[in-house]
Amino acid sequence: MSTLQALRVRLSQGTQYIKDLRTATPTGHHGRPVISTAPCATDCTACKDVCPTNAVSLSKVTIDLGRCVFCNACAEVCPPQKIVFTPAPQMGSDSREKLFVREGEPEVIRARANATFSKLFGRSLKLRQVSAGGCSACELELNAVANVNFDLQRFGIEWVASPRHADALVLTGPLTRTMKDAVQLAWDAMPEPRFVVAVGACAISGGLHDSPEADRGFLERVGPALYVPGCPPHPLTFVNAILDLIGTP
Amino acid sequence: MSDSVLLARLDVSQLTPRGPADWRPDVIHRLGAGQRLVTLFARRLGDEALLTSVFQTAAGALEVTRAAMNAAHGYHELTTTFPALHCFEREMHEQTGLRIADHPWLKPIRFEGQEQAAMNGYPYYRIEGKEVHEVAVGPIHAGVIEPGSFRFSCMGEQVHHLEIQLGYQHRGVERRLLGTDPRRLTPLVETIAGDTSIGHAWAFCAALEALAGCELDEHTELARAFVLELERVAMHLAGLSGLCADVGFLQGASSYGRLRTTAINTTMRLCGNRFGRSALRPGGVGLQLPPDLLELVRKNVDLLRTDLEIINERFVTSRTVRHRLEGAGVLSTGQAKELGVVGPSARASGVLIDTRHQAPAGVWKQRPIAPQVLPQGDCEARGKLRIAEMNESLRWLAEVLTSSPRFGGPKKPVGPLAGNQLVISVVEGWRGEVVHCLETGPGGELIHYKAQDPSLRNWMGLAIAVRKNEISDFPICNKSFDLSYCGNDL
Repeated sequence: MSTLQALRVRLSQGTQYIKDLRTATPTGHHGRPVISTAPCATDCTACKDVCPTNAVSLSKVTIDLGRCVFCNACAEVCPPQKIVFTPAPQMGSDSREKLFVREGEPEVIRARANATFSKLFGRSLKLRQVSAGGCSACELELNAVANVNFDLQRFGIEWVASPRHADALVLTGPLTRTMKDAVQLAWDAMPEPRFVVAVGACAISGGLHDSPEADRGFLERVGPALYVPGCPPHPLTFVNAILDLIGTP
Repeated sequence: MSDSVLLARLDVSQLTPRGPADWRPDVIHRLGAGQRLVTLFARRLGDEALLTSVFQTAAGALEVTRAAMNAAHGYHELTTTFPALHCFEREMHEQTGLRIADHPWLKPIRFEGQEQAAMNGYPYYRIEGKEVHEVAVGPIHAGVIEPGSFRFSCMGEQVHHLEIQLGYQHRGVERRLLGTDPRRLTPLVETIAGDTSIGHAWAFCAALEALAGCELDEHTELARAFVLELERVAMHLAGLSGLCADVGFLQGASSYGRLRTTAINTTMRLCGNRFGRSALRPGGVGLQLPPDLLELVRKNVDLLRTDLEIINERFVTSRTVRHRLEGAGVLSTGQAKELGVVGPSARASGVLIDTRHQAPAGVWKQRPIAPQVLPQGDCEARGKLRIAEMNESLRWLAEVLTSSPRFGGPKKPVGPLAGNQLVISVVEGWRGEVVHCLETGPGGELIHYKAQDPSLRNWMGLAIAVRKNEISDFPICNKSFDLSYCGNDL
């Protein structure tokens, strides 16, 4: 009886994994924005005014993906509809300065492959996640990268329970003051070589929770090697950013 | 006004604050007569503390009373008589310094404005004895989850007492909710508890629309209810997937996990985000359901119903699952009522609180959704209840889809907010009642925003349920309650 049930489950499950994570595009997702050069309405500041995280700057319309929460509000209010959030998930970067999408620049933001990272972690990368004010959305999406759909383990990349076993500290949330000591402890427990990944607008810039209750000193001392934008980032954004960094095709 | 949401709007001038000598006996009388406390909070006005207490009558209506008292004098605690008040009294003391005389345990709810060092120094309860040992877990846990601290006092493998310390996620949300144009708060509200974006966003939108006198049409209400039920299904799937993983039932973990992908991808097709961010906006919705998408959504809901039935059957009959979950982490009906537990955690202990059925009108009156309740109160009941709720929500979603609903369309303008008003809105999120209280000053500006996630009340339910259990069963007890850390910490 139970064997038959197990077979039925297996049959209904079918094949769930996404074959090519590098080219998969989540239809309908609000991912990397594109800003056209259509002329702005005279003296219009609608996109900037409506942004909940001050991610939009003007003269040449620019969106800071490190602050953006992809709420689509700027796109909705723009009279000439200059801003479109495309489903493209690829937008992780190894540099904070590169996380800007500017008007008329359709350049794809990607993390540069780093030969050292590739040599050290290209075949095995263990990640320890620490949430310091994350609202559970980033955490759920990071869990999802290990589910049967995204199956990041196929690349030798895995979540581990102890910082002792980890190569990278994956941080979410704005870094609440009450987690300051714990984050430092986790980092201190990690063997070298090691690096930090900042996931989501909160970790990258404070995002929606850029408040006095955050203490971002740790990130100022230990600069992230990788930034993964989103609120929360789609699992494909995380996967692509990590694979870019360690040079996995 | 949002008919589907349990809501009360009051003119503050009609709400004369009582003194503690009047207010306290009234609270005792109401709770003794079977009313349920929905929320109790305070703010500081000079030397005084202004308390707002919200009750629900047996008929389902909300009633509000107020008290004003000298904060240094305060009042005599009510927690000993009504344990459900412990979190509210602790929170009022923490937020306003209100003296609550003889309170048994004024431990801070979230250590607002403090450093981790102060939290580490806070004395946990200690049980003395040669056989007693303590186990400290957290704030970082061995998984990809939020932080919180658990201190177990054990005799051998058996847990005698669990003290839960939270506050590591405190982001200062309530203060930030007052800092900007209230009409632009949705993205922030959506992250109060990021896995309940729609529940919190609806409570917020409904309250704001009530303040602005903005009337919504039934299509908008239906669209909101549609994504709320999708959120419920998705999070119940996430919880069941975790519960299966914690008992080593990997087929369940992977099946519920991949079905959650289908559920949240459906939400993403409607609004652009897997968590329903931007799905709700004051005055309307930010989602669309054009005819070509309707077919896809219908297909997804059908797939969820078909495949869930197969894995559910395996889950409820599997010996592994039953052996681990049956009888573990029991919260009795009496305990659940006494502690004021809400949501599925209450319903799995035989306490039927489901505010969807108490709204006076609206979508769930037009298309009823059957309440689910189980009496056992153990981990198995909490798992089975979530299965039953998912099934019912999916049946409801399929029924809605047969009417080819129209979602989207222009948003209603949300004008200036009426002055000197207090609005309380209650939405049944997947984890239980989400309560938002907004008060405006004379010019219609927000002067108080109290956001309450069901987790605030339910954490004590977990602490009590785990007593006399093996400490090795704590993970499944924890997962079966599935509570939010940031929802508590704000």
